[in-house]
Amino acid sequence: MSRLQTKLSALKVVGKTALIPYITAGDPSPKATVALMHLLVEKGADVIELGVPFSDPMADGPVIQKAVERALIHNVSLDDVLEYVRVFREQDMETPVVLMGYLNPIEAQGYEAFANAASSVGVDAVLTVDMPPEESKGYLEALQQANLDRIFLVSPTTPDNRLSAVNEKGSGFVYYVSLKGVTGSKELDVEDVARNMKRLQQSLNMPMGIGFGIKDGATAFEMAKIGDAVIVGSALVKLIEANQSKGSYDIHLAIGKKMTEFRTALDKADALKGQE
Amino acid sequence: MKMDFSKYPDEHGHFGPYGGVFAPETLMAALEQLKDEYASVKNDPAFLKELAEDLQNYVGRPTPLYYAKRWSEHLGGGKIYLKREDLNHTGAHKVNNTIGQALLAKRLGKKRIIAETGAGQHGVASATVAARLGLECVVYMGADDVVRQAPNVARMRMLGATVIPVESGTKTLKDALNEAMRDWVTNVDDTFYIIGTVAGPHPYPAMVRDFQSIIGREAKQQALQHENKLPDVLIACVGGGSNAIGLFHEFLEDDSVEMYGVEPAGLGLETGQHAAPLCKGTPGVFHGNRTYLMQDKNGQILGTHSISAGLDYPGVGPEHAWLKDIGRVNYVAVDDEEALQGFRDLTRFEGIIPALESSHALAYATKLVPTLSKDKMIVVNLSGRGDKDMNTIAQIEGIEF
Repeated sequence: MSRLQTKLSALKVVGKTALIPYITAGDPSPKATVALMHLLVEKGADVIELGVPFSDPMADGPVIQKAVERALIHNVSLDDVLEYVRVFREQDMETPVVLMGYLNPIEAQGYEAFANAASSVGVDAVLTVDMPPEESKGYLEALQQANLDRIFLVSPTTPDNRLSAVNEKGSGFVYYVSLKGVTGSKELDVEDVARNMKRLQQSLNMPMGIGFGIKDGATAFEMAKIGDAVIVGSALVKLIEANQSKGSYDIHLAIGKKMTEFRTALDKADALKGQE
Repeated sequence: MKMDFSKYPDEHGHFGPYGGVFAPETLMAALEQLKDEYASVKNDPAFLKELAEDLQNYVGRPTPLYYAKRWSEHLGGGKIYLKREDLNHTGAHKVNNTIGQALLAKRLGKKRIIAETGAGQHGVASATVAARLGLECVVYMGADDVVRQAPNVARMRMLGATVIPVESGTKTLKDALNEAMRDWVTNVDDTFYIIGTVAGPHPYPAMVRDFQSIIGREAKQQALQHENKLPDVLIACVGGGSNAIGLFHEFLEDDSVEMYGVEPAGLGLETGQHAAPLCKGTPGVFHGNRTYLMQDKNGQILGTHSISAGLDYPGVGPEHAWLKDIGRVNYVAVDDEEALQGFRDLTRFEGIIPALESSHALAYATKLVPTLSKDKMIVVNLSGRGDKDMNTIAQIEGIEF
């Protein structure tokens, strides 16, 4: 089993919902990322999702678009992101790292070269927003051979007949996009998510993470009741934006506080689930 | 072996290694639905009849194939004919496609349409069909383009469309497309996205091509009527590439017909300040398809430059990428200055004010035609008229309104 799969099964055994925070690599500056990753772990992250900056993030809302623009001012490349993971692994061999991004930077490296490089620095899984299972020939094999998990997205609009491809080609977990929209948008409709998750859980053979639009502890609590993992991105990235002029101390303080809010909410939901 | 071009793209939208469906998950079901709906109507006589009637009575087709006699004699090579897409309702070829997609939107029961636009011609054509069908219309346009194509912004607003200036990224066409995609992901249930060019995820490149192919079908008939032969050379400008595919597609299997797709070289191909992915780019994945792109070595999409907003795009339709690789079409480039000269020439020799986009095709004709023998027949696609470019031109020429 991969580091990611091991982690998620261990959490399941003890009845814990995984907390998966997202940050954009290189935001607000290249030197900030590794320290932020360690902070996230210290504040309760079970898995880290690291965003690979891309010039045209068409599935992301304004918060992550701006994060990407901040990173690209420093020309943060996919190679740089892999280097951050390598340095992170010098101190943390336990926390799984998922790269999230768009296909073109991976295309530019070549699937195999990328997969081997990512695996060798300690990346565990890859989620590519604009790579549906239908187009994944070549990409999939390269990741598989490098022992990297393949995360695919499932959305409220995904019809049942496309789920078997996700089972067959995906691994690690399935990322459920909780709303129709871009990252960080709108209010979540908890009942709608619950209804869809029920349908999907019957067909999917992997743990399910829920992401997009989870802003605070209260929403995270509701999501933890229905999913195996809760993914939070824009809510954290927004704090980097708000505190960037003040410096890393204030960014860490704000992110730490928000992470505690999420972790507490998840623990509360887990305790409740344990009693049932 | 003779190639059967009607077999492309394959059922998954691939033109050789190009094309495909590289879209966020939330859109996959909508794209599948569109693919099925389009497949069911594309040979449906009732749909085709409605489309043909609209093109005739509302758009004003067929557009003439006009012999540009004085300009041809000036250049001293072959005979240049202009396919007058500038005479369409709304002033460019774009409406051929929006008419077709609007009929689909209606069949799918969508109440709202969205579009991206560069020069504003596709935005105007979308706002026009929306007004006619009583649909809500939102057009995304790069903030820079809103300024340089102000007359078209006014037209769209007059037609009742909401024009949203896009401030992100490079503030041009690619960013407008990003923003339209974000809108579509959010409102996918009730919204139809009318993509204006032969790019994007399948089925858009094939569908837009089919709607634009009327240009080439008419041109072929008209060439036979005028000269009793097929044209020897076709020339069209290429941004995303919809007017070029529209002209070329009907002739792909006619081996004697040479084709030139003209990209914008901006300030010069060697300066990096251009929008010519076929001449200077490399393959990658962007906006839902694999194609040639302007990108750096890390796979980041580069900013582009062209005097014409409609060609200012770092990608190109996947069918063009494939036609380049198999060598069926020649892709060349002319710079801003040459395009301006093409603009002036047509205006002064023929009394036709062309769009700056189309001026790129005209400029290439001024280079190529003098090298051809007098018996050659050249068809240049005059994809749009230049009214929208008056501000830009007046500024350059020092003309005051």
